[in-house]
Amino acid sequence: MIELLVNGHTHELEAPVGRTLAEALRLDLGLTGTKVACGEGHCGACTVQLEGVPVLSCITLVHTVGDRQVTTIEGLDWHPLVEAFVDADATQCGFCTPGQIVSASALLEANPSPSGEEIKHAMAGNLCRCGTYPKIERAIHAVAAQKEGN
Amino acid sequence: MARLIKTEKEVEGRYTEQWVVVEEDALEQWPEGPLQTVGRPATRVDGLARARGEARYTQDIRLPGMLHTAVLRSPHARARVKQIDLTPARETVGVREVIGPDDLEPLTDEPNYEGQAIAAIAADTNDQARAALDAISIEWEVLEPLLDVDQALRQESYVDDPKRYERGDVERGFAEAEAVVEAEYRTQSVLHNALETHQSVCEWEGDTLVVYTSTQFLWGVRDEVADAFGLPKDKVRVICRFMGGGFGAKGSAGDYTLIAAELARRTRRPVRCRLDRREENVNSGHRNPTIQKLRLGARADGTLTAIDAEYMCLLGWGGWLPPTAGPAQMLYACDHVRTLEYGLRLNAPPMDAFRAPGFVEGTFGLECALDELAAKLDLDPLELRRRNHTDHDPMDERPFSGKELMECYRRAEPHWERRHEVRARSEGPWKHGVGIATQLWYGGGGPPSYAWVRLSGDGTATVLTAMQDIGTGTRTAMAQIAAEELGLPIDRVTVELGDTAHGPYATVSGGSSTTPSVGPAVRAAAGDVARQIREIAAQRFDLEERLLSLSGGNVNSADGGSWPLEEITGMLGDGQILGKGARGPNPAGMRVMTYGIQVAEVAVDVETGEIVVERIYAVHDIGRVINPLGAESQIEGGIIQAIGHSLSEQRLLDPKTGKVLTQTLDAYKLPTIADVPEIVSELIDVPDAHLTNLGSKGLGEPPIVPTAAAIANAIRDATGADVRSLPITREEMLRALREAEERRRATERVEAAPA
Repeated sequence: MIELLVNGHTHELEAPVGRTLAEALRLDLGLTGTKVACGEGHCGACTVQLEGVPVLSCITLVHTVGDRQVTTIEGLDWHPLVEAFVDADATQCGFCTPGQIVSASALLEANPSPSGEEIKHAMAGNLCRCGTYPKIERAIHAVAAQKEGN
Repeated sequence: MARLIKTEKEVEGRYTEQWVVVEEDALEQWPEGPLQTVGRPATRVDGLARARGEARYTQDIRLPGMLHTAVLRSPHARARVKQIDLTPARETVGVREVIGPDDLEPLTDEPNYEGQAIAAIAADTNDQARAALDAISIEWEVLEPLLDVDQALRQESYVDDPKRYERGDVERGFAEAEAVVEAEYRTQSVLHNALETHQSVCEWEGDTLVVYTSTQFLWGVRDEVADAFGLPKDKVRVICRFMGGGFGAKGSAGDYTLIAAELARRTRRPVRCRLDRREENVNSGHRNPTIQKLRLGARADGTLTAIDAEYMCLLGWGGWLPPTAGPAQMLYACDHVRTLEYGLRLNAPPMDAFRAPGFVEGTFGLECALDELAAKLDLDPLELRRRNHTDHDPMDERPFSGKELMECYRRAEPHWERRHEVRARSEGPWKHGVGIATQLWYGGGGPPSYAWVRLSGDGTATVLTAMQDIGTGTRTAMAQIAAEELGLPIDRVTVELGDTAHGPYATVSGGSSTTPSVGPAVRAAAGDVARQIREIAAQRFDLEERLLSLSGGNVNSADGGSWPLEEITGMLGDGQILGKGARGPNPAGMRVMTYGIQVAEVAVDVETGEIVVERIYAVHDIGRVINPLGAESQIEGGIIQAIGHSLSEQRLLDPKTGKVLTQTLDAYKLPTIADVPEIVSELIDVPDAHLTNLGSKGLGEPPIVPTAAAIANAIRDATGADVRSLPITREEMLRALREAEERRRATERVEAAPA
């Protein structure tokens, strides 16, 4: 039995050896907002945050998480990026979108007004086959601008 | 009264005749330009659900008691199973059922390509199913795969009969030519790599089979599965409410669906079968490679006199011959055209449709050759295209319905003019240039497709149609169309789609056909409701029906007076107003296509062969635009996929074993956000006056068609080198530069030689 801190709640779960964080979130906790697209750490769809740092949950073993706080897309439903993604049309099929938003929110936390180049650098690990990239960049800029306005 | 007529239906260049029932009182098209909702930017009605991770994809479906599947796939491109023993797998912990080659149609003991399914295991967990695969005892006789193109040609190993086409007399056309170019172009195999892999969950409910699947065609899956299991069609219910990308490869049921259904039948449990990324990249289709031999002839003024083209398509073990010769046959007025297309059957995974199959490949060759011709004739490439414009399909003289290509050319002009300043940026090894390429593709859709609309007492409407939104935003477009016709704000319209049990038949989401096929049906259904509202209001308030119209959520009378819609519908209590609509016929005797042109700006480092795409301008004509915001996203997405196709993506096959070497996303290079250039796009937005009650065509595919040729032409503009092979790797770039240098030296030698 391990304890997992997810989106501010403590969960207890049985995790067999080799269980990935993505499996624990999706299968044990039913948090299916985290998507698995490649399962081997190449695409970024499964991105979650550990203590605010983006990690690939499909290649992170749940036993290595310890007492670090896990943030998934379900824990970011309040985030202005969610609406900004919709407003900018930064979601097509939407399968990569949760991972994109999780990565983008970590970026904005670390760098509240990133340049285009900085966005490209920080987001290059999140693949989108539909090609929403220009709109993702627009959505991130929009939230950065909102924050500056405040 | 219903009238029965015959019309033509087209999907990705394949035409069939179709009987259609037409209602007499068809709706007139709306006036041109943005309306209340249609033609104005709309954010996605399902955007929040997707962005918050609340949208349930097939991958997220978990049913009580659900079993998981692992599939034993052939590790060999050609082999025979000498002996197979499934018993040890059956005895493995957690295993509920095992099926082998004798149990189900797609399972085979004589695989003809790597990844072909041999056996399948259903177990309590995914790990248990995978572990049990190792317990299957199997003995192979590995056979020599047919992979060599020359050998396949000698053996006449074709998937379909070669397709020949000829008009005029090509040799006469070349005799009339004052300039001729002849070149060979090659395009590679490209993998779809939708982020949601192919997968299904199947469950039996009594005598009904429920299939959750990631698909572009609910009804196609229904028919295929019903046929495979000998069921009446509506005893199969297919559900896909949210779909994680397809790009052409999810048009059929696939072995995974049939395997899950059979295992579910045997275990009486829900069964899930999901391809992992590696299976996906071996076993779920690809854009087939081509080798194209082109010869173009033209007069000094640029008039094309002859096109002679041969297309060898390396299809793999199956699939179909995509319309690769389409652009050569239809894009330009040319009296003498001959094409030959053939699809080689090899021991490699079968091709599947990939976003504008055939035309992407064919446009690359044709539009590159055209620019080589322009260089030879010393003509402006844009002018050359204008001079060969045709307003009718040169194959059968049918007029094109709603063709605004000349307007596209006109709007592209200032972007093409930028070439002077772009070239001037060249500095040191970095050479800059600009290239163009024209786009032609289908996209008119066709019948049958249907929709129902129901209006509740509170004045909210629900559209029901069993189509799918594969990520293109068609759910939003349908909401806009219904909202417009009902005079409602879009937030009072809900679209229910993705379930064959909830709504009538709708088309495949392929061939850019969803909006032009289902959209008119949705408008007709909403129009049916609107008519009833007007009739009810006229009776209730003693008004003249012909003076009534719906807008802003109100029923308005032309002689003054306005009533909120819910005041009329509210009268009915729980009563609902129901409307139905069908897609009408295509315009008789006309050819419906989509058009456009793209202008690429590139920079090439002539020392290293590095290529950077800096800017793409795109202008397309797809008739009326329903949602300019979603349309812009489609264009950007198509262009970005095309940049991958042009520069980085390539499925590699081991030439000896026929095995796919690029199974993972680190080996297969998809474009990232860092690879995206500035993209500027616009749409002509003039309704096609002959096409349906909307005048709209599809936009899923057009933007991917011309980009590769525009990039290659920009590279020629920058460097003088003819790149003729995709992807344009550094090796290909450096080869082309060496060839250009040798050509330049040879010319110098000739010029320096004494006369």
